[in-house]
Amino acid sequence: MSVINYSSREITFKIVYYGTGLGGKTTNLKVIYNKVSPDQKGKMISLATEMDRTLFFDFLPMDIGSVKGFKTKFQLYTVPGQIYYNASRKLILKGVDGIVFVADSQVERFEDNIESIDNLLENLQEHNLKIEDIPFVLQYNKRDLPNISSLDDLQKSINPWNVPYFEAVATQGIGVFETLKAVSKMILQRL
Amino acid sequence: MSYENLSIFEQDFWDINNALNRLLTSTNATALLLVDKAGQMITSVGNTTNVDLVSFGSLAAADFAATSQLALLIGEDEFTELFHQGKHENIYITIVLSRIILVVIFGKTTNLGLIRVRIKTSVAELEKIFKNIFSKLNSNAPRVKETFNDDFKKAAESELDDLFK
Repeated sequence: MSVINYSSREITFKIVYYGTGLGGKTTNLKVIYNKVSPDQKGKMISLATEMDRTLFFDFLPMDIGSVKGFKTKFQLYTVPGQIYYNASRKLILKGVDGIVFVADSQVERFEDNIESIDNLLENLQEHNLKIEDIPFVLQYNKRDLPNISSLDDLQKSINPWNVPYFEAVATQGIGVFETLKAVSKMILQRL
Repeated sequence: MSYENLSIFEQDFWDINNALNRLLTSTNATALLLVDKAGQMITSVGNTTNVDLVSFGSLAAADFAATSQLALLIGEDEFTELFHQGKHENIYITIVLSRIILVVIFGKTTNLGLIRVRIKTSVAELEKIFKNIFSKLNSNAPRVKETFNDDFKKAAESELDDLFK
């Protein structure tokens, strides 16, 4: 649900990065934070544990500037990936405009990705939302690691909707911007 | 499906700001913020010079959401007010029409009792304004389409391309 303020001429969208624990969601935001110029980003907030695991969410506000007289802003959130933080994940999805699912390509995380996608669908349902109705892209992260599932296997198991997908190595910034750009454009198109 | 944009047009925006300014004056609070439940700032009045409003909006919504879940765990629908006490500044949070979060930041120039009394009238005013805003959401769709037309989308996409160069 974007907020459109005609008086201050601002429009704000909310993008949520979803996926398994340690899949690279926070890394995506950190890379974006580090590469975007200071005048186009706000402060990045991480509500994390002492072990640097996301406890509630990470938050990064971005301002793409004035478009046809409207200040256009994107707010990026991650959810905590660990299974037992589902209550928090559900809260973060409130009012979402677009979703990036960050899948961990490693073979040993194959089933975790499927569980996380199922969890996403369940939580969306609680907000009366369907994945088909929301701008949604997939990112297959960690493609540089040796023991990874094939794209074909990943596509069959977690992308039955055949939404756009991107291969990524988030730690090196590969695929991060392509993913964000794709979901952002999808959000603009559905306005 | 519960997906809809929250469009606030000029007159409604000024009605909201006027209601907030009246509350600010009658309570002598430092600042008032209105945030939607998804964490997006709608407006603010008062002295917010030292406050990162975008971060504040996101965290206030998260605070309210997390506390509402705590309420559910003990059999309450939600806690209708939250109060955080600091050494110099305090925060009082309440909800308007179950969808909009009203935050009062206040220091030693006022007190919680006064805010609690005065805020009732303001919440009633804001409820009336937001009921009107929500009732118009469907009929506003054409204006949204007109404003955010293909030209806007093309220009925004071009900005996105530049941002990630």
